[in-house]
Amino acid sequence: MRRPFSRKQRGTILAGMLAFVMLLVVLQLWLLSATMNAYLGGDESVIWPATVASFLCLLLNGGLLRYLYKLDGTR
Amino acid sequence: MSGDGPEDDPRSPLDPLLDTPRREGLTGTAPADRYKPVADPELVTTPPDGRPMELQPAWRTDFPVDWPQDHYVERRDFMKFMILTSLAFAVGQAWIAAMSWLRRRRDRHPELRIARIDEVPVGGAIEFAYPEPHDACVLVRPREDLLIAYSQRCTHLSCAVRPQVDRGVFHCPCHEGRFDMETGRPLAGPPRRALSRIVLANRGGAIYAVGVEERTI
Repeated sequence: MRRPFSRKQRGTILAGMLAFVMLLVVLQLWLLSATMNAYLGGDESVIWPATVASFLCLLLNGGLLRYLYKLDGTR
Repeated sequence: MSGDGPEDDPRSPLDPLLDTPRREGLTGTAPADRYKPVADPELVTTPPDGRPMELQPAWRTDFPVDWPQDHYVERRDFMKFMILTSLAFAVGQAWIAAMSWLRRRRDRHPELRIARIDEVPVGGAIEFAYPEPHDACVLVRPREDLLIAYSQRCTHLSCAVRPQVDRGVFHCPCHEGRFDMETGRPLAGPPRRALSRIVLANRGGAIYAVGVEERTI
């Protein structure tokens, strides 16, 4: 049987996940501002690729959230 | 010479009675297993009613008693908030994509007669609305052979720009933005994008607006 993580281990894992989430959110913010600038300037070539990239980031974040709930459940 | 042990040396800080039976636990000389903790370090959280965590109500996991667990809960909630922010950014991105799709569907600009060429004096300007009645635009004639028209909406915060034909610029009075008159590109102030250019056509001596050209630079 797998041994549950100790409190200290969970804290370390959470800090790592949080750093990754922050990175993805900053990337999404950059994508949003760049896309808005392109849209207002009439350049539509970047809109759909940026939308797909942003949703991929959200998907990764959703996966990390799922793991967080799992982590909380394995005490 | 007898008596050379530490007990005979007045400078020695060691107590000669350290190994005395029944004093070990007090002086730190006892074997390590005597110092085994009485409780698991993981179980430092002791709820007020003393019952184990498994028997506590669910809300107690979100309102911890001790600081280490409180820090963990803080970071966990911050991560959830960040993921909510991520969702908001993705929704914003989808909104831009939807607006772009809608704009492309209705991207048919009507033709609008602005004025006859001889009605626009050299160095003068005429204001008009295009393509919708609330979209203010300005047609300028800086030289005899040059007629250009731009949207009056500043690309910073949408204030109306004013032509200064003698200086060859459009001036935005809100934040002192300036645009080059011939290209529409920003020269000074906070704007970073060029003014939207109105595409003109000359039909029988009359000037018509036939389209809008938006640019990032």
